[in-house]
Amino acid sequence: MADTSRSVERTQPKSLTDLFVSFTVLALQGFGGVLAVAQRELVERKRWFTNEEFVEEWAVAQIMPGPNVVNLAVMIGGRYFGVPGVLAALAGIFTAPLVVVLSLALLYAQFASHPGVIGALRGMGAVAAGLVVATGLRLATSLKNSVMGIALNSVLGVLGFIAVALLRWPLIYVLLGLGGVSCVLAYRLLGQEARA
Amino acid sequence: MNPVLDLGWGDWLYLLTHFLTLSLLSVGGGITTAPDMHRFLVDQQGWITDPQYTSSIAIAQAAPGPNILFVALLGWHVGLNAGGLGWALFGVLVCMLGIIMPSTILVYVTSRWSHENRDLRAVRAFKLGMAPIVIALLIATGWILARAHGDPARDWPLWLVTALSALIVWRTRLHLLWLLGIGGLLGWFGLV
Repeated sequence: MADTSRSVERTQPKSLTDLFVSFTVLALQGFGGVLAVAQRELVERKRWFTNEEFVEEWAVAQIMPGPNVVNLAVMIGGRYFGVPGVLAALAGIFTAPLVVVLSLALLYAQFASHPGVIGALRGMGAVAAGLVVATGLRLATSLKNSVMGIALNSVLGVLGFIAVALLRWPLIYVLLGLGGVSCVLAYRLLGQEARA
Repeated sequence: MNPVLDLGWGDWLYLLTHFLTLSLLSVGGGITTAPDMHRFLVDQQGWITDPQYTSSIAIAQAAPGPNILFVALLGWHVGLNAGGLGWALFGVLVCMLGIIMPSTILVYVTSRWSHENRDLRAVRAFKLGMAPIVIALLIATGWILARAHGDPARDWPLWLVTALSALIVWRTRLHLLWLLGIGGLLGWFGLV
């Protein structure tokens, strides 16, 4: 993993226009949540992040208030271009989708009960669920180099899945509780690694 | 059509401040504050109807883009009820600025700090520690979306579509829009 991520050249956004266009393209592909597309576009196509960096940034985006993908846009835009970068990235992520959503709202009354439309939305929803799962699986490979090791990462991941998906605990408890424990473990392991 | 609402500037300011507050509470994404928006807009203020609330969420989920745009539609409906398309656009502006601005400023400041201090042991521990949890959350989100399909025994074709699309995206680089298009077509013709 270390070899592949190093051999792949990482790039960065070239200009405010690049940010705006990239996030517009990303947002317009995001049906049923933008995360799957964000990983594809930002890691695999644009190469603004490695998988490891993407997970790290995503962790920050997740723990902060606000929609994750919006937070990610703020973080990327801000890092390379400051406040203008934030505004360009946000404009990209919102402008075109907003036009689409408002147009749909105007049409919705007429087509909401069309059986084909209902069916198509069901079908796309089923695909979207699969995309999100697959993105998680792809990002899981980024844990291989973590100081916590495969076993500990797997245990924590499985516990997190059970808490959220099966027990339906509120997200905030899982992030603060299990996430907190996990951060303490990582902190101690980093200390041991430094001493070793 | 609903009876026209009579909203003064004080009401718009109240709407803005309510959404500014919700923004700081929206850990885990805007959707976690959706129940409170229902309480405020439908039950307490009576500014939009229940069907308007439900369709706002449904449309934003079906459309491309961040799901937080359901907030724009809530504002759209408030404005529409208050007097027409111009006010509807104003409602979009008020609600979106409210829900986005505080969290954006907080994220901007925090991420600059954490990037400048990325070599601190605590910052590294936070990122390494959160990684498995964040990945688990993703897979859990997919699971919850799939659960909405209903009974696996009856709705197995939908589950099959989910499983196949997960497998294809995990193992290949096929463009995601092809899969969404195929899913939409299967659904349109009533096959899933």
